[in-house]
Amino acid sequence: MPSPTVIRRVFKPALFVLCAVPLLSVVWAAFEIGGASLGTNPVEKIQDTFGQWGLRLLVITLAVTPLRDWFGLPWLVQLRRMLGLFAFFYVVMHFLTWLLLDQGLYWSGILEDIAKRPFITIGFTALLLLVPLAVTSTNKMMRRLGKRWKSLHRSIYVICLLAVWHYYWQVKADTTEPLIYLAIVLVLLGWRAWQARPGRARTVLSRPVSNPEKHNLAANVTGNVSDNP
Amino acid sequence: MLIRRFRPGDSADIRPSEITSESVYLNRRKLLQAALATGVTGIGAAWTHDAAAVTDLKAQRNAKYSLSDPPNSYEDITTYNNFYEFGLDKGAPAANSGRFKPAPWTVTVKGEAENTGTFAFEDLIKPHPIEERVYRLRCVEAWSMVIPWDGVPLAAALKQFKPTSKAKYVAFKTVYRPDEMPGQRGRSLQWPYVEGLRIDEAMHPLSFLAIGLYGRTLPNQNGAPLRLVTPWKYGFKGIKSIVEINFTQKQPPTTWNISAPHEYGFYANVNPKVDHPRWSQARERKIGSGLFGSRVPTLMFNGYEQEVASLYRGMDLKKYY
Repeated sequence: MPSPTVIRRVFKPALFVLCAVPLLSVVWAAFEIGGASLGTNPVEKIQDTFGQWGLRLLVITLAVTPLRDWFGLPWLVQLRRMLGLFAFFYVVMHFLTWLLLDQGLYWSGILEDIAKRPFITIGFTALLLLVPLAVTSTNKMMRRLGKRWKSLHRSIYVICLLAVWHYYWQVKADTTEPLIYLAIVLVLLGWRAWQARPGRARTVLSRPVSNPEKHNLAANVTGNVSDNP
Repeated sequence: MLIRRFRPGDSADIRPSEITSESVYLNRRKLLQAALATGVTGIGAAWTHDAAAVTDLKAQRNAKYSLSDPPNSYEDITTYNNFYEFGLDKGAPAANSGRFKPAPWTVTVKGEAENTGTFAFEDLIKPHPIEERVYRLRCVEAWSMVIPWDGVPLAAALKQFKPTSKAKYVAFKTVYRPDEMPGQRGRSLQWPYVEGLRIDEAMHPLSFLAIGLYGRTLPNQNGAPLRLVTPWKYGFKGIKSIVEINFTQKQPPTTWNISAPHEYGFYANVNPKVDHPRWSQARERKIGSGLFGSRVPTLMFNGYEQEVASLYRGMDLKKYY
């Protein structure tokens, strides 16, 4: 297991840079740096890029716990908050692009779309559900909420399904890609359901911690070593 | 390869000499002659078309049916396309249509007409003067462009087949060539693509058979060598790379209607008051308006209400969407 210092000084900054690449790619393209371009329909391009990365990062966040258990990488959980917050960031950017650039703050159209267009209603619901998760992502909030924190953050299961549905519903003819996302999300959720099936001890939670000192240290650093979500 | 970037208003100034240098022309001619001399007619045909592809179509602008709005750039029009036969992304048709061969080309005409049979593309077009028409194109996805098409009025082209009084509809079919059209190897839609118009819609002076844009023959990604343009209808009615015209008594099936009947109707008239079940049709994004050009209101019949409203008098356009 990498030391907490390596995680803090190397893994986390590296992940931060990695997660910022989609944003930077949009900025580069907007200023046409190095021949990059947003293409013929720049607003659509920005909106799609942010939406795609919001969804990808949501699914990656959802995959952290299963990956940790499948590959025995306990430290992976310490990267989860950053992944989740970046997912939230891209979803918000996706929404803001729609609000400002696509709709141009045309409120009657915006409100009508949110109320009347099921795929927009679904996307907007997912965004609203993400807000409390982002707000309660700090160590302080985790401590304050205690056990309720975990139940609250389980709403990511629903959010991921809504996000895939939102994507599926706006595709015109070829639904292959959204269905791939759906399959991945169902595997990640199915595995959790299987782990939590009645009569089965919660392996990860009940597994004795081999090195309590290290564990506590990690807990202090991240405040975030709980099992699910 | 260098692609010349056209700007609005360029079209009138383009001479063939600007597009293909004389030496290239002459070389082509030599190759063509050599090919013919050695009897390699297949190659000859390809070269003939290649030469045709750079010719100035010498179209006369039809002012009555042309907008004064500035047209989109040649680049916008030829790199942002929905042509699922070549792939699903907007850039896919430009990227994947290089192997498509629009010449030689024939169109089969059948059904309720006196003059049916298989006709060479050149014979269909040659009797008619080429017009330029600057039309709005409104996609069902709520974006729009302004395009300077070159071609002939559909009515003039159809009349040469002498449709009979039994011809109530006209059905069109796109070519089916999965080896040249990679999208046809997938199942995003049912192939070949089919479309249709009521006969009075087809004979309307706005209905147009385009063979070019910006004075040049149609690029493959825009539906070479000939495609339908009905500017008051959503773009998907504008069937591309047409190989069959069928005069029918009954309303013919249409591809998007088969794919999603409650979302795409036979008529598909642009109508800001009838929304797509999943999104609003009230406003549209004008391609080329940049990052901060927000949506503009969509006009009834895409702004051609005066010309075409009478075709649909008494019809419930919510029902016949």
